[in-house]
Amino acid sequence: MLNQLTISELAAKLAKREVSAREAMQSCLDQIARVDGKIHAFISHDPADALAQADAADKLLAQGGSGDSRPLLGIPIAIKDVLAVKNQPLNCGSKILGNFISPYDATAVEKLKAAGAIGFGRCNMDEFAMGSSTENSAFGLTRNPWDTTRIPGGSSGGSAAAVAADECIASLGSDTGGSIRQPAALCGCVGLKPTYGRVSRYGLVAFASSLDQIGPFTKNVRDSATLLGVLSGVDSRDSTSVPEPVPDYAAALDGNIKGMKLGLPKEYMIGGLDVEVKAAVDTAVKQYEKLGAEIVEISLPHTDYAAATYYIIAPAEASANLARFDGIRYGARVDGADPIELYCRTRGAGFGAEVKRRIILGTYVLSSGYYDAYYLRAQKVRTLIRNDFLKAFEKVDAIVTPTTPTAAFRIGEKFDDPLQMYLCDVFTLACNLAGICGVSVPCGFTKNPKLPIGLQLLGKPFGEEMLLKIAHAYEQSTAWHKEKAVVS
Amino acid sequence: MAAAEIDVKYVAHLARLALAPDEEIKLAAQLGNILGYIEKLRELDVSGVEPTAHAVPMVNLTRADEIRPSLAHEDALRNAPRQANGLFIVPKIVE
Repeated sequence: MLNQLTISELAAKLAKREVSAREAMQSCLDQIARVDGKIHAFISHDPADALAQADAADKLLAQGGSGDSRPLLGIPIAIKDVLAVKNQPLNCGSKILGNFISPYDATAVEKLKAAGAIGFGRCNMDEFAMGSSTENSAFGLTRNPWDTTRIPGGSSGGSAAAVAADECIASLGSDTGGSIRQPAALCGCVGLKPTYGRVSRYGLVAFASSLDQIGPFTKNVRDSATLLGVLSGVDSRDSTSVPEPVPDYAAALDGNIKGMKLGLPKEYMIGGLDVEVKAAVDTAVKQYEKLGAEIVEISLPHTDYAAATYYIIAPAEASANLARFDGIRYGARVDGADPIELYCRTRGAGFGAEVKRRIILGTYVLSSGYYDAYYLRAQKVRTLIRNDFLKAFEKVDAIVTPTTPTAAFRIGEKFDDPLQMYLCDVFTLACNLAGICGVSVPCGFTKNPKLPIGLQLLGKPFGEEMLLKIAHAYEQSTAWHKEKAVVS
Repeated sequence: MAAAEIDVKYVAHLARLALAPDEEIKLAAQLGNILGYIEKLRELDVSGVEPTAHAVPMVNLTRADEIRPSLAHEDALRNAPRQANGLFIVPKIVE
């Protein structure tokens, strides 16, 4: 069935005119109709608009117009509700944006469209990207396609589930502390967080401006490389985007990783790590040795401080970024006698509990008398964390870790203990703090129930070519990426 | 590790967030726990360490002060909760 294909497979069929873009898009829509009542990966989607895009793609395909300039022509790609798509709703999983319809496209969405993709749907997410389970959405939760009593991860849970359930060919998400890599691991797909500054954040509703990056969810590493190539590039509308040239990521996947050095950080393989996850990662590491890579034990001494550092910096930046949701220019409004009362009531009513928690925390650590003790100190620890990685990358080409400490947990299991929820991201947070790139690829399953386990690879700043090559070599030597969830 | 005290009412006012009394109590407890965990950063010696505001080696970018196309007026007003005469309607600010 067309919705089960990868980007490469579908692109080939479309180019040969074996199938039409409309048939491919319809196949995804049919799958959504079949399973999304259960999974709820989508807050909403617009079938008419998606099919209209498909028809436009078919016209171009008939003219022979794909090839290199439009590598995604006719490919249905779902979009996390945190990205602006012109004339489509933009809610960020929150009530506070009300009936907001975006008047513009994010740069990443513009690039998708220029590459010919069918960008569709509003994928469910934790409100304002704050969360690790998608239980914080104001629009209901998303279920893991592998076991619908469990969470898909977060904050990009909808984007991950949509790919895992073959409701689309690929999807876009965003990653601030692991929000692409963690759901990718829990849902059994490939999730990539590019180096900070690789992909423009224009049109990505900001959570933490120094940590956020947009990235792809795909069914394999090759597709991830293809999408990364489309999304990457400096953008004058995002002054934190970096003018680093964009290589042909897919062309670099030649499979030969003999002699490459992979670092195993000793601090990541202890305490709280589930036995089955550890076993799967150990087996993956042995597989890398069979492929000719050299495993080097390394140390990232400040690993233990990453969570504390993140949970000062991210909420602090979020408290500033979410100040704009005040009921004045857009979104829902609760009236007040004066502006302050209007702001307080609007925000009190419109934000969910997790968002409020982080805004309060962030405001506190930035407030007079506490700024030095918390925020400034955290910024300094951030330097130490970044230096740990840069030092390690002098000795190794990539770093290998588990993506998450456990497989997907049950819905409701961690919801009442925010701190427990935060500690789910221990392996992914440091990557955002350091600004480096990271990818999660499937590396096995737990026995009972059968739940995906993810292997995380971390790469040098702007080192996605090498990172994806190393990830691809492992993937192609195993069959994990071929397994499909059966939605019950 | 002692759970730190946070004046939730005061901070909520700074953040322009109306909280119900039960929300305030719950938040105070949860944030106390989180702040208690964050205390571990005090274990580190950060003397002489430069803060990292963000990871990329970029400094402020500027462009020439030239007018460029931007969001049309009607588009900017399209999602306004209350508007009239091409303006956002807000509660009275000045007496």
